[in-house]
Amino acid sequence: MQQLRLTRTRRAALAGLAGVVAVSLSACAESKRDEAGGGGSGGTMVFGNTGNPKMFDPTFTDEGETYRITRQMLDTLVQNKPGTADLEPSLATKWEPSNDGKTWTFTLKQGVKFSDGTPFNADAVCYNFDRWFKMSGAAAQSQMIYYADVFGGFAKNEGSATGDPVYKNCEAKDPNTAVLNLNKAKGAFPAAFTLPALSIQSPSALKQFGADKVTQSGDSFTYSEYAYKHVTGTGPFKFESWDQGKGEITLVRNDTSTMPAPAKLDKLVFKVIPDENARKQALKAGDIDGYDFPAPADYGLLRKDGDQVLVRPSFNVLYLGINQSGNPKLKDPRVRQALAYGINREQFVKSKLAEGSEVATEFVPKAISGYTDDVTKYPYDPEKAKDLLKQAGASDLSLKFYYPTEVTRPYLPNPADTFTAISQDLKNIGITIQPVAEPWNGGYKDDVQQFGKQDIHLLGWTGDYNDAGNFVGTFFAREKKEFGFANPELFKTLAQADASPAGDQHAKAYQQANKQIMDFLPAVPIAYPSPAIVVDAKIKGVVASPLTDERFNNVTTG
Amino acid sequence: MLRFIVRRVLQAIPTLLILSILVFAWLRSLPGGPAAALLGDKATPEKIADLNHVLGLDQSIFLQYFKFLGRAITGDFGSSLVSGQPVMSEIGTFLPATIELGLSAIIIAVVLGIPFGYLAARFKGGIADNVIIVLTLVGVAVPIFFLGYIMQDLLSAPLGLPSQGRQAPGIDATAVTNFAVLDGVLTSEWDAVWDAIKHLVLPAFALATIPLAVITRITRASVLDVFNEDFIRTANSKGLTDSVVRQRHVLRNALLPVVTTIGLQTGALLGGAVLTERVFNFRGLGFLLAEGIERRDYPRLQALLLFGALVYVVVNMLVDISYGLIDPRVRVR
Repeated sequence: MQQLRLTRTRRAALAGLAGVVAVSLSACAESKRDEAGGGGSGGTMVFGNTGNPKMFDPTFTDEGETYRITRQMLDTLVQNKPGTADLEPSLATKWEPSNDGKTWTFTLKQGVKFSDGTPFNADAVCYNFDRWFKMSGAAAQSQMIYYADVFGGFAKNEGSATGDPVYKNCEAKDPNTAVLNLNKAKGAFPAAFTLPALSIQSPSALKQFGADKVTQSGDSFTYSEYAYKHVTGTGPFKFESWDQGKGEITLVRNDTSTMPAPAKLDKLVFKVIPDENARKQALKAGDIDGYDFPAPADYGLLRKDGDQVLVRPSFNVLYLGINQSGNPKLKDPRVRQALAYGINREQFVKSKLAEGSEVATEFVPKAISGYTDDVTKYPYDPEKAKDLLKQAGASDLSLKFYYPTEVTRPYLPNPADTFTAISQDLKNIGITIQPVAEPWNGGYKDDVQQFGKQDIHLLGWTGDYNDAGNFVGTFFAREKKEFGFANPELFKTLAQADASPAGDQHAKAYQQANKQIMDFLPAVPIAYPSPAIVVDAKIKGVVASPLTDERFNNVTTG
Repeated sequence: MLRFIVRRVLQAIPTLLILSILVFAWLRSLPGGPAAALLGDKATPEKIADLNHVLGLDQSIFLQYFKFLGRAITGDFGSSLVSGQPVMSEIGTFLPATIELGLSAIIIAVVLGIPFGYLAARFKGGIADNVIIVLTLVGVAVPIFFLGYIMQDLLSAPLGLPSQGRQAPGIDATAVTNFAVLDGVLTSEWDAVWDAIKHLVLPAFALATIPLAVITRITRASVLDVFNEDFIRTANSKGLTDSVVRQRHVLRNALLPVVTTIGLQTGALLGGAVLTERVFNFRGLGFLLAEGIERRDYPRLQALLLFGALVYVVVNMLVDISYGLIDPRVRVR
């Protein structure tokens, strides 16, 4: 009994001590934050990143975690208007294509300097375009994924996957006018000029720190000192440090920036916290001020705690892929239509996806130029679906349904749940489902995209820039194992749309392509899911971007 | 003793060689591969084929292995696909965190486990024994990641203990050795020392649960065995006091299997550290490994798995050597 009393006393003492410690700790944390700034402007914002950046030279990567950081330091010629996918001036105040779309003239903003003090001008723009085009070494070229996608090829291709270059040359007409000459028109422009991979960097810093040196190291590559420590741009922040051990990247205000002005924050820290629950805990504890991709189930809880959950306008699409070279019955359009009519997408979006998500009617989201409401739609009609299957002699249809595990994607927040909902709908119209679950990197992507082992599957896409070709062109512009069909007419339409000059003509060409796609129905668009970003109540000035293109230049820690 | 050590070191070489073959073959047999991991979502079959050629992954598996081994012997494991950093430099950066965490966990396990085990044996069948047995069962049965989340949710806020990372964001400690506590002591930054200790508490206890439970049970069983040995009866019959018998004979003799267990548990801690470091965002080798597995970072996995094997081999070697120090009979054998 005495022992028990003692334990109780100790416990009380411990609890008291813990209380004192907790209070003093929180006081400590408060005072540190106060010292760091605050008071309407200035201060430090700590943002929780979902993963490690690979480096900071955006030329060699297609990773969102790198871009989230580089877009605070580097500018592109054209940018997306905050909160939308619309284009607005950035380093270029004006951009004009020639009638044939082969020449682009950029009028550049004046009085801009890189953070190393060197001037931004037409020579700097041309230096960057030439740098990309003339990049040598198979290791370097193989990592320039976006450049190769948009520009087709290099001065000297060092791989078979790249083709004829779109880029011809760049002329600095005067310090404020850069002219880009192309070998052929490219539909991706001008939207692709917003790509972080095409950010304009300081030529002197690129040269000084050997930015183009990419060498093979075992089964991977190492990059130059520039990519890790010296990335130099014109943006509102500049690089300070990358602490690998702590997983922290620190940027500081670039006081010389005129793009459009130095940041309001003194310091911007990115802290890598891969686990979603851990990010939530860190926000709760005040260790971070915001993070990306909160779980939809937590929105309510976060808001109750006073945090701001900012839902992004959708810029992605989730689809049910159909492999026509899988089960031969899938070649019959009536069978594909039956799949579309048989899925209750309204119910799925309402019950399984986060707020802001919408039912998809085609393969480009609404924010994209080229979207049209004038497409064949397939509203939920299970009776019609059964009837179509009967007409096609496929009432006994049995399908291998592949879905991924160990992954969440903005367009596929919960693959298993999505699979269950859709397969139940398909079972209801009499289709037998053979489920095949595979890890995302451990077989799923290979089996679905390289080998086409599936009959139907779940996949999707997050857009890179505001161009319909970035969606439908990627999916259906050529024969792919994933979909297992050859439709020369559709391929031709998409190639023409890609080469059509920018503007109305371009949008109309893709509207036409979208109609054709929804008639042919090579896959079933399911939803436009909306991911979110969450920030603490005291953070002001974050505008959620459909392209996850948030810039923190206007952010203050109120 | 020296011959014994040399023999053990030589024995370790084929072990590591076989492990290197197994690790290499296992990683190469996984679907995906470095090229697909490097290219990410934009990978096309053509680009993957191109990159495989650049990386030499289209060469014969034997040639690839010998190239890998050649580089590995010189300590070159290539660069991480995730961070782009040389893997060996990553290990150097992240190792101190794991040592700090593992050492704290093993100290907790030993300091609490041996007395608990002894207590349970001494009062066998009593309340203390039963409570300890139940607690050790729970300790072994609850998965670390679950325990970690429970600790974060229930203990972090009330006790004012951080649930994430190794250091509070506001603390700008000077890094000397990358051991957070030690660095604070060396630079007399006492705020940093206190901060680092607080960050260690929850993950160290989470990681300590399994070794603590195992050490407690082994100590209990071992002490009970020794209690029944003839020499204890002899000692008692000689008229020695209970405390002398306990300290000189029981504990000393019971410790041999406990030391073995401590050694094995130290090696096994690396496995536990993967989950603990992940849950608590404690950036050590376990965190690196977890991230490597998720992102299919082949160079990093190769290096870390072999490094883990090396640690295991070395720890066991040290355990063998410590046998000789505790029990002179082993040296004679």
